[in-house]
Amino acid sequence: MHTSSVKIAFAVLGASLLAGPAFAQETIKIGVTQPLTGAFAASGNYVAQGARIAEDEINAAGGVLGKKIQLVIEDSKSNPTEAVGTVEKLIVRDKVPAIMGAWSSTLTLAIMPKIQEYKVPLVVETSSSGKITTSGNSYVFRISPTSEMEAVAFKPLVAKLGIKKADFLNTNNDFGIGSAAEYSKMLKANGVAIGVMETMDPKATDFSAQLTRIKASGGDTLFVTTAVEQVTLILKQAKELQLNTRIITTGGSNSPDQLVTQAGDAANGSFHTVFFPPWFPDVVTNPEPAKRYMTEWAKRGHEPGGLTEGFRGYDGIFTIAEAIKIAGKAEPAAITEALWKTKVKGVYGNIEFIKQGPAGSESGQNIPSVYLVKIDGGKVVKSGL
Amino acid sequence: MDQFLQHALNAMILGGTYALLGIGLTLIFGIMRVVNFTHGELYAFGAYMMYMWVMLIGANFMVSIVLAIALGVALGAVIEIVLLRRLRGADIDTTMLVMIGAWIAMQNIEQLAWSGVAKSINSPFPSAPLVMGAISVSWTRLFVFAVAVVLIAATNVLIQRTRLGKAMRATFQDREAAALMGVRIDTVHTATFALGSGLAAAAGALLGPVFVVYPTIGDLASLKAFAIVILGGLGSIPGATIGGFILAFMEELGAGYISSGYRDAMGFLLIILILLFKPTGLFARKERIG
Repeated sequence: MHTSSVKIAFAVLGASLLAGPAFAQETIKIGVTQPLTGAFAASGNYVAQGARIAEDEINAAGGVLGKKIQLVIEDSKSNPTEAVGTVEKLIVRDKVPAIMGAWSSTLTLAIMPKIQEYKVPLVVETSSSGKITTSGNSYVFRISPTSEMEAVAFKPLVAKLGIKKADFLNTNNDFGIGSAAEYSKMLKANGVAIGVMETMDPKATDFSAQLTRIKASGGDTLFVTTAVEQVTLILKQAKELQLNTRIITTGGSNSPDQLVTQAGDAANGSFHTVFFPPWFPDVVTNPEPAKRYMTEWAKRGHEPGGLTEGFRGYDGIFTIAEAIKIAGKAEPAAITEALWKTKVKGVYGNIEFIKQGPAGSESGQNIPSVYLVKIDGGKVVKSGL
Repeated sequence: MDQFLQHALNAMILGGTYALLGIGLTLIFGIMRVVNFTHGELYAFGAYMMYMWVMLIGANFMVSIVLAIALGVALGAVIEIVLLRRLRGADIDTTMLVMIGAWIAMQNIEQLAWSGVAKSINSPFPSAPLVMGAISVSWTRLFVFAVAVVLIAATNVLIQRTRLGKAMRATFQDREAAALMGVRIDTVHTATFALGSGLAAAAGALLGPVFVVYPTIGDLASLKAFAIVILGGLGSIPGATIGGFILAFMEELGAGYISSGYRDAMGFLLIILILLFKPTGLFARKERIG
């Protein structure tokens, strides 16, 4: 009795394994590596949800090259070693011709050598560290802005806000350090004095020591670079320590809606750079895809606070799908070639790639829009950028 | 000077919760010889229970703390009875592997149950801080500190003055001899694990409203608790209490005056120094072996 049921189980398993490749030929697979668990889980899941919306939208419109696309989403567990493992699995076992990932700059930098080794193109949807597109990896195509672009876009606001002395508090990884370096460079060039530059562990929850030092420094503006969880805590703890400087968060993973709910009063008066402002969809370059994305997001009951993150996955999948169309076949080399000619009207703006990095092995970089919003009276409002 | 006072006050408040975390872990190790990797998850569990009672059910804040701690005690007892009781007599590596498995499973269950999005818990205390001259502290943190001190004192009374505490101390000194004298080792083990878990859940329930709650908060709590226990000496309650405060002061002053990038390194540097000169930690008690 027992042995026969085990045999049946194996037979079913075997049949489904054999059937697998047959089904697979009907679809074009696209690999996605995101931190679905661990420290960056919230953001990684939003990006994956956005990617799913793009998948369904593309398939509803007939797919790509007459075939449906199929996302294979792997969890990097917010860990660089695991991230490399997901890419290896996607390329070797799932044989995906292109990958989107990997949210955090540290994770993206970790998987880049693998991408190069297997010559499979990577569309980077979130990471902002400059190194990603300047290290000579010709399989990297980034649709998100670099920290430098963000800092340059911020320049006109230095005088407008009357910034005289700035302090920094950033997470101690490629994202935070890169952003603080670019912003401080831009501010110095514009005559702003730099006070203290503080860092924190990406997992830390108590910033009283850093904030006490920042208070003693006496700057008028504090630039904070980290993900939304730590931003929430910093806003709350700054209020507890009566730090009355203007707080500006950079990097675009700051989810102002979530800050309003979770930091409450403490969020009032703070500024945030975002790359998609769902509160004013009319100001974006392409309101049409933005509204389609927002409607579907709401229909699926996803967290509204995730809108500022999910669009990255949405745009990333559309970019890869468009490149496959141009390539005419789902093969890594052809898609890499095609990405240079790809133009997508996305939520990020008009996505197309310029060359960055050492001549001969350039990476692709898109130039998206940057917006600065303010939280005032428990609401997200325009601030003038 | 103002800056120093503020740093010292921050460290004092932080030290209270560090001590609370350390005591629970040191008790379990000292008495049961179990390296409890689920300690951080009990902390996260306490925080999520607080979220559930206060934000979803709408219970009174103080009542919610008591309920969260009670549930932590219950979960600790369940873990002990279901997992650890069967492993009695197994070598320390086997137990350690099982506890690592339990840790990973619990963290993923939290992720599944509550999603990865951080939750915040409203506190009934005024959001404006208590201001004393140039230094300030939030009312919630003061409350957390006060409760932590009360819990630490109560644990000490329990261990030193009650019959159960006496049985625990006897088991710590010599498990076999205690068993021969009629101490119910099973009961002592369940009570110890439940108590240690309850203290971790208490720390989570208290700090949940101060910070935000997400599935991986337990990792950092666990790491700090291990550091404190090693610093203070394995199995020593005064060691864990003082160790908690030392670690907090070291981190706070190190970050404040040397470099915030090395905040966590400061604490561990101190641990290395202390272990160089006192390999058993600051307050490790002599125990009979064999």
